[in-house]
Amino acid sequence: MQVSMTVNGQQRTDEVEPRMLLAHHLRDTLGLTATNIGCDSTSCGACTVIVDGLSVKSCTVLALQVEGSQVTTLEGLAGEDGELHPVQAAFQSEHGLQCGFCTSGMVMASVGVLAANPDPTDREVREGLEGNLCRCTGYHNIVRAVLKAAEAGPVAGQVPQSQEVSA
Amino acid sequence: MIPSPFEYVRVSSVDEAVAALAEHGEDAKILAGGHSLLPIMKLRLAVPSVLIDISGIAELNYVRVDGDQVAIGAGTRHHDLENSEVAQAEVPLLPHVASRVGDPQVRHRGTLGGTVAHCDPASDLPTALLALRADVVLVGPNGRRTVPITEFFLGFFETAMEEGELIVELRVPRTGDGGWAYEKFTRRENDWPIVSAAAVHLPGGEVGVAMANMGGVVLRAEATEAALAAGKSIEEAAALAAEGTSPSADMHADAEYRSHLARVLVRRALTVAAGEAAPSTAESTAAA
Repeated sequence: MQVSMTVNGQQRTDEVEPRMLLAHHLRDTLGLTATNIGCDSTSCGACTVIVDGLSVKSCTVLALQVEGSQVTTLEGLAGEDGELHPVQAAFQSEHGLQCGFCTSGMVMASVGVLAANPDPTDREVREGLEGNLCRCTGYHNIVRAVLKAAEAGPVAGQVPQSQEVSA
Repeated sequence: MIPSPFEYVRVSSVDEAVAALAEHGEDAKILAGGHSLLPIMKLRLAVPSVLIDISGIAELNYVRVDGDQVAIGAGTRHHDLENSEVAQAEVPLLPHVASRVGDPQVRHRGTLGGTVAHCDPASDLPTALLALRADVVLVGPNGRRTVPITEFFLGFFETAMEEGELIVELRVPRTGDGGWAYEKFTRRENDWPIVSAAAVHLPGGEVGVAMANMGGVVLRAEATEAALAAGKSIEEAAALAAEGTSPSADMHADAEYRSHLARVLVRRALTVAAGEAAPSTAESTAAA
């Protein structure tokens, strides 16, 4: 079946099998491999992307279910000139990663956390990231990075396509 | 893991959904948020040949006051229920429990109708709906009917829904300022409850008490409810919470431990609902 969606600001129309998961569509059809597939069972959050302003786990969404939607992946966060998004910059400056496998999902989920709550406490960041696992257990720096990103203001909870991120 | 092949049908109204269910018969499944159905399809525990996607039906997404009840569209996502000002004012137990389901990403997709239809014995929101004595509104080939939720969950993943029916609405009483609590015991914050307990003071004066994961379906704590109605103390009533239940044993807990948790969590929930204690935090719950 045909599916159309806007991915990182670009309109895409592709032929997919109904059982094609959004995570596979992004990676295999569109070549956007920043979105990782970890547990493949809605637990680890590595595949988190933003759909119509809300963070979702793309391993548990069919590509067909996001027909007509706005999708943002990690590739779509940086500005056109390559300037890092405040959350990306903060993960870099605070070293919010160890092996890096969870990072893409952590960054996308963090944008969602900051959209819902632009000035979170340490505890609110931890609760907001409850759906994302770091198996290196590098949580302290991740939380520090999100708190650092929040210092940039509301822009830390937005994506460049000026689409609204609400939670 | 990729699900087995299936045919995908997108519908934009309840009438279209009923027609599609009638056309495709028992091999068809309704897809809403997909956060219960797609995982079991990946594991081949469900192999429907047709998925009917109702997530585009805008008329199924609402929370509104209707007489002495609050009516909630079956397509309402947990995130929307959690943030609904109507729900927060009229039946605050429900948005609170919605906020305890899974994690933010799950709550952005999962729907109230979906979690009721799925009928998992460890589900948070069905436990709250049972304590609230909700009504389940179904639409099918023979029209619309309402089933009390106390008669809806029949057995392990088995409901009173008949072939060709879908859930369109959940109706709950307006509990307003009445006391309520949800005590959920988990190993990790975003897990299913090992056991949970919901307690709510209903408009007629009755106290509804229900528990997750104490049997093949979510259960009312009937002996506790009866003891409270007979004027027994919270302490005495909560001691009866596990009466008549047959909890399972798994890697998290054996049956005896689940029974212990039921008594502790029901006592805490009743105490909080009575305004005599603060709700448990993640830290204090872990010390059960």
